[in-house]
Amino acid sequence: NIKEIGPGVEPLASKMAGADSDDSLYPIAVLIDELRNEDVQLRLNSIKKLSTIALALGVERTRTELLPFLTDTIYDEDEVLLALAEQLGNFTMLVGGPEYVHCLLPPLESLATVEETVVRDKAVESLRKISHEHSPVDLEVHFEPLVKRLASGDWFTSRTSACGLFSVCYPRVSSTVKAEIRQHFRTLCSDDTPMVRRAAASKLGEFAKVLELEYVKSDIISLFTALASDEQDSVRLLAVEAGVSIATLLPQEDLEALVMPTLRQAAEDKSWRVRYMVADKFSDLQKAVGPEITKNDLVPAFQNLLKDCEAEVRAAAANKVKEFCENLPEDSRETIIMTHILPCVKELVSDTNQHVKSALASVIMGLSTILGKDNTIEHLLPLFLAQLKDECPEVRLNIISNLDCVNEVIGIRQLSQSLLPAIVELAEDAKWRVRLAIIEYMPLLAGQLGVEFFDEKLNSLCMAWLVDHVYAIREAATCNLMKLVEKFGAEWAQNTIVPKVLGMANDPNYLHRMTTLFCINALSEVCGQEITTKHMLPVVFKMSNDQVANVRFNVAKSLQKIGPVLDSNCLQTEVKPVLEKLASDQDMDVKYFAQEAISVLSLA
Amino acid sequence: LSAVTVDKVDGFSRKSVRKAKQKRSQSSSQFRSQGKPIELTPLPLLKDVSAQEQPELFLKKLQQCCAVFDFMDTLSDLKMKEYKRSTLNELVDYVTVSRGYLTEQAYPEVVKMVSYNIFRTLPPSDSNEFDPEEDEPTLEASWPHLQLVYEFFIRFLESQEFQPSIAKKYIDQKFVLQLLELFDSEDPRERDYLKTVLHRIYGKFLGLRAFIRKQINNIFLRFVYETEHFNGVAELLEILGSIINGFALPLKAEHKQFLVKVLIPLHTVRSLSLFHAQLAYCIVQFLEKDPALTEPVIRGLLKFWPKTCSQKEVMFLGELEEILDVIEPTQFVKIQEPLFRQISKCVSSPHFQVAERALYYWNNEYIMSLIEENSNVILPIMFTSLYRISKEHWNPAIVALVYNVLKAFMEMNSTLFDELTSTYKSDRQREKKKEKEREELWKRLEDLELKRSLQSDGIIPT
Repeated sequence: NIKEIGPGVEPLASKMAGADSDDSLYPIAVLIDELRNEDVQLRLNSIKKLSTIALALGVERTRTELLPFLTDTIYDEDEVLLALAEQLGNFTMLVGGPEYVHCLLPPLESLATVEETVVRDKAVESLRKISHEHSPVDLEVHFEPLVKRLASGDWFTSRTSACGLFSVCYPRVSSTVKAEIRQHFRTLCSDDTPMVRRAAASKLGEFAKVLELEYVKSDIISLFTALASDEQDSVRLLAVEAGVSIATLLPQEDLEALVMPTLRQAAEDKSWRVRYMVADKFSDLQKAVGPEITKNDLVPAFQNLLKDCEAEVRAAAANKVKEFCENLPEDSRETIIMTHILPCVKELVSDTNQHVKSALASVIMGLSTILGKDNTIEHLLPLFLAQLKDECPEVRLNIISNLDCVNEVIGIRQLSQSLLPAIVELAEDAKWRVRLAIIEYMPLLAGQLGVEFFDEKLNSLCMAWLVDHVYAIREAATCNLMKLVEKFGAEWAQNTIVPKVLGMANDPNYLHRMTTLFCINALSEVCGQEITTKHMLPVVFKMSNDQVANVRFNVAKSLQKIGPVLDSNCLQTEVKPVLEKLASDQDMDVKYFAQEAISVLSLA
Repeated sequence: LSAVTVDKVDGFSRKSVRKAKQKRSQSSSQFRSQGKPIELTPLPLLKDVSAQEQPELFLKKLQQCCAVFDFMDTLSDLKMKEYKRSTLNELVDYVTVSRGYLTEQAYPEVVKMVSYNIFRTLPPSDSNEFDPEEDEPTLEASWPHLQLVYEFFIRFLESQEFQPSIAKKYIDQKFVLQLLELFDSEDPRERDYLKTVLHRIYGKFLGLRAFIRKQINNIFLRFVYETEHFNGVAELLEILGSIINGFALPLKAEHKQFLVKVLIPLHTVRSLSLFHAQLAYCIVQFLEKDPALTEPVIRGLLKFWPKTCSQKEVMFLGELEEILDVIEPTQFVKIQEPLFRQISKCVSSPHFQVAERALYYWNNEYIMSLIEENSNVILPIMFTSLYRISKEHWNPAIVALVYNVLKAFMEMNSTLFDELTSTYKSDRQREKKKEKEREELWKRLEDLELKRSLQSDGIIPT
């Protein structure tokens, strides 16, 4: 795959022959040898060590021999090229510092024209990085011509790469060169390849930021307008993001005339992808255009997006409901929400698409803090309740996951009647990830609902999870118990959960018996020495005679875990004999963990 | 750039299991609710009016058919939907059998009616990440009308009275661009019609040919390097297959560039299996046109040879065999070394289907003859792998195949074979030694690095 080394680098190669005698030449011999190897992995290793090799060669030979060699040999697997592109971005010191950094441009220029996107992007990233290390003069003499060459390359790849380089050189060049750069960027924005227009559109915002305001108004706006009405929706949607950046740059009085017509048009684009993009960027847009335009333009636009005919767009807009409402100007916030937004939200609650409902459910609770107690009870509560009964588990889950917002405003008791059936159902959902999510909310709910309500309604659920058929659920249930004890105290634990947990030690299923041990591991510390010694330890000891080896070695692990909670007398007289017995078990795993426990607890 | 959806990943149920219970879904982005019902005034049948009145009535019917209905709402406008369906049917028949109906005024009306009906933003895919290999496609809900519109358009294009010189004012670049975008439709029925439509347009509008090729290029490049998502790749390749067939010789640079920079990279896409047959056909077409392209093509395939996907590797081997079937011996000599280094790797693949597919080459008479002619080059490349697998491959069927291959080589060139057998051990030892030396080299390099970093500031005296 590697081209023969050209005549220009011949001396380097011939020097290699006698390299053994000279330490400084030695590494490059390795590199060259490996770069020609058939095995990609070996070539890759070699490239990844490039900095070492350059270091060994010294700055001058790196410049005069290594870099030309690399530039000439650029034809390899993309993986190798990617590594090379990355390395070269950190090479400035290795070629002698900023004064010589332009030596790195030729190989990076070739890499920036490669087909494979990741290689090209990495080359551009490295070029951007080293552009800052160029002096203003070098930037004009070396860097900017490279950008120009790329911008007028034959194949689309080089023009695409050029798009990412304009903004890094623009601020530091003379005004004549600046004019040229603007011209090149303009040309690429109307390139006949959509790939290039997409690249230009995605860099438009970034480029606008480094331009003088007058050029933003004269140049960028017309490019933005053109890209935003491109024939391909993939270009138009990228212009939306640029529009947001441009809006932040312009003074308020220019926004209406220069940006808004295009953005309004994007919000009503015939392609759902463009409308989706508008919805997705809505909060940024809102911040960029300020309160007045928000009131007059964005509110109706947002309403339309919430009512869009494509579910994809509605879901994206629904995701933004809370943020949008939060950022509305304070003086008219409540009125706008109540009269314009809430009616749309109400419709979304019974949307036909579950993604839409689920997106809404993930943010709708946040409205209660914005609207206050009375409005929440009157208008939002019915929506929460409806979503809590939704047929889709994800919707219900999203509501439950955000209960804390409502709790702050009205207290959770208002919801508890509807909450319970929803929780019970989710607790038994067929998807274990849903069950897991519900378990994770138990401590929070328990805290909010209080011990009485909890014991009455939820305790049995928490115990049921301990015998779930999925290990991750049993594990989470164990951890949940610990958090509950932290909330409700050791006494509560002793009366309600410890007896049940210990009862499982006699279960015919060894997995359930092991769960007892896992619970003890988790609970001993929060329950304290007395409960652990009096109630838990005897059960653990008893289980050391279990028929199943897995239970026995978990006994050893448990003893190691709860050891620190016990007093030293108990450890010496009771724990030690049990562990010693286990240490002579016939099963090697049991022995291993018993010995480990003995040494960790210093009982030997 | 497909939109990110809010769905969370559910790693619990297998995709295929989940899909099984899903019903065939339908979707349509065609319709943006206008809220009010559509009223069309029924017109007389074309056959019921005089010949002079027919052209005008034809135009009126075309205009009526511009009305687009909402098929996601199965209950709305039932009567009018039926009326439009029967009108479209009538139009299809009319353009097929009638003579003298195609006045110059009819062209813009036909194109307008077709555009109103077929051009639309395709709806988002129903499944979160549409996987064409596993998921059922989402079908176009408005198909009852859409099918007839396509049918009508094809008959129109194929009609004897059809004059491209008039039509080209309306079937222009913008029209073609929108048509090409529709190839992304998830509905295979629609793509099938589009294939025919585009083929006819390519055939009849010489002025659009270069444009169509360029836009297909763009679609493919975007597919390969940006999105990896486009439903109509197979259909477009099928059309290209027949286009390539018609290229004049010598091939233009543009066409060669298309082969090397677009068709070859298409092999890297994950969903290759969906269009591989059509792609391989295009490649072979090129090579039959111009055998000198063999070397760049094979080098390209070797560059993009799959590293982790065995199914793709099997496809590559299949394509390579198709290429070898038509290769000229002079071309074969140029690429035999890199080619057989790859084949030698495939033969020793632990995946038995890959190994098997590669070993099948030895059942191909033409390939066998090429190998025989060049056995002095190929045998040394293959020998190590073959010899090793004959001793260690886990799959007995592979071992049996390898024995046959070894036997064939032995018969071909027994002197070389014996030589390689006798030096096998010493060669392996030499390789091991080299391996060790390499490790040694890297170790010394690391030591050196360590030494350097101990020196102040990392500035090296040379």
